Amino acid sequence: MDQDPTTPATPVALAAPTTEQAVRRALADHGRLTVDAMDVASIADLYALGLTSHATVNVMLAVENDLDVEFPDAVLNRSTFATVESITAAAELAS
Amino acid sequence: MTTPLLEHPRATGRPAERTHAPAARAGAAPATDRFAARTALVAEVAAHFADEVDRDARPPREAIAAMREHGLLAAAVPAAAGGEGASLAELSGIATTLGRACAATGMVFAMHQGQVMALWRHGGDSKGVTAMIDAVLDGALVASSTTERGIGGDARRSSCAIEPDAAGRIRLRKEAPVISYATEADAVFVTARRSVDAAASDQRLVICLPSGTTLTQTSTWDTLGLRGTCSNGWTLDAETDEDRVLRDDYATISARTVLPVSHVLWASVWLGIAADAADRARAAVRKQARATVGTTPPGALRLAELLVDLQALADSVRHAAARFDAIADDDAVLDSSAYALSANALKIGASERVADLVTTAMRIVGIAGFAATGPLSVARHLRDAHGAAVMVSNDRLLQNDAALALMSGAIL
Repeated sequence: MDQDPTTPATPVALAAPTTEQAVRRALADHGRLTVDAMDVASIADLYALGLTSHATVNVMLAVENDLDVEFPDAVLNRSTFATVESITAAAELAS
Repeated sequence: MTTPLLEHPRATGRPAERTHAPAARAGAAPATDRFAARTALVAEVAAHFADEVDRDARPPREAIAAMREHGLLAAAVPAAAGGEGASLAELSGIATTLGRACAATGMVFAMHQGQVMALWRHGGDSKGVTAMIDAVLDGALVASSTTERGIGGDARRSSCAIEPDAAGRIRLRKEAPVISYATEADAVFVTARRSVDAAASDQRLVICLPSGTTLTQTSTWDTLGLRGTCSNGWTLDAETDEDRVLRDDYATISARTVLPVSHVLWASVWLGIAADAADRARAAVRKQARATVGTTPPGALRLAELLVDLQALADSVRHAAARFDAIADDDAVLDSSAYALSANALKIGASERVADLVTTAMRIVGIAGFAATGPLSVARHLRDAHGAAVMVSNDRLLQNDAALALMSGAIL
C-alpha cells in the first residue's frame, strides 16, 4: 500500500515491524498500561492492566498507522483489544 | 419510440435460491437476520455497478437480477401464499443496506415493495390477482404508474379511465409523466378511474402485463441524482382483464398500504445514503487521526455531531416501520388522519435530513469528498439525496397535511 503522505517518514530500523511488535509499541505509547507493554504476556487481560476504551482508539490508530492497515468495522469491539494476541490477530486479518 | 415491456428470458419455476431461503419460522434466529446474508450479496453487486448506473443513467440491471435471484423481490409475499412474509421492519433493513450500496437499486426495491404489498392486502382472490402473486413469488419486478399528465403530482386523482372493449376485456390509456424502471418491469400497476363516468378520485389499481401493454416513450430521465431509477415519461396503452383489477378502491389501497409502506421504505433508502456518506466521513477523520495519534482531530467533533443526527434518522425510520407492523391489520388506525400525518412526517423529515447529513459529511471529508469520484467522494450521495424531497414533492405532502392538521396532532 502507498504510504500516507501526511505521516512522517518511518525510520529504517522500524520499516518492517512484525505485527506483534507494532501492537506492543502502540500499547506502550498509547495504552497507559500499568505494566511494560513490551513484556506483558500476550494473553494477559489488558483491561485489567489499565487499558480504557478511550485508549483503545489511540492504540487502534497507532497500529493502523504503523502497519498501514485499517481494522474492519466488524472487529472493532471490546474483545478485540483485550489481549496483545487478539489485537495482533485482528491486525493481521486487516492487512 | 415504442417499447413493449421486456419479457425476461429466465427459467420458469421457483428460483433455485429458494432452497436456501429459510422458510418463515417462529422463535429461530432474530427475524432481522434471515435476509442479511442475501442482502449483503445483492449490495455487493449493486455497489460494484453504482457509479456506472449513475453516470449512464441506466437501470441497475445486475442488482435487479441479484434481487430476483436471492428472493428479495419476493421477500414480503405472505407465508400463506408460499413466501417468506417479510415484515416492513425487515424490508426497511434491506432497503437501507441496498441504499448504502446504490441508491437507485434501493429505490427500485422500495417502489416495488410498495406496489406488491397491495396485491395480498387489497387484491382479493380473483385469478388475475393470485396469478400476479405467484409471479412475484417467482421474482417478478413490479413498476407503477400513479401520476398523470394534466393532473400534476397528485396520485389520488386520475383522468384516464378503465373502459370495456369489444372483446370482453378492459382497456386504458395513460399519459404518464414518469414510470420508474418501466423497461425492466414484469408488470406495471396503473391507477385509473373506475369507469369513464367516475369522479377523478374514484380510482382502481390495474395490473398491466407486458403481453397486453405498449409503452411509448415521451420524455427522458436525465436528472441530478437517482439517475438509475430511469423514471422516463411514457404513454401507456394497455389491454388487460377485469380480474386484474384489485378488489379495493385506490383510496383504501393508498391509505392503508402504498403510502405508509412507500414512505417507510424510501426513507430507509435515504438512511442508507446518509449512512454511507457518514462512513466516508469517518474514514477521512480516522485517516487524519492516524497522523496525530493522541490528539483528536477537529473533524471528529463534526463527525460526532453527524452521528447524533444520523441516529435520530435511523430511530425514526425503524420506529415507523415497527409501528406499521404493529397496526398493519388495524384499519381504524391506518385510516386515521393522525396516521396519515405521521407517514407524511417521516417522508418529509427524512428527505430534508438526508440532504443535510450528506452535506455535513462532505464538509467533514473536505476536498476528497467534494471530488466527483474516488473512495471518499460523496458527490453521488449528495446528488441522490436531493432527489428525496423532489420525488413526491414535500410541498404537495405539506399541502395535504395542512387540511389534516386542523383535525389531528402528532402521534406521541
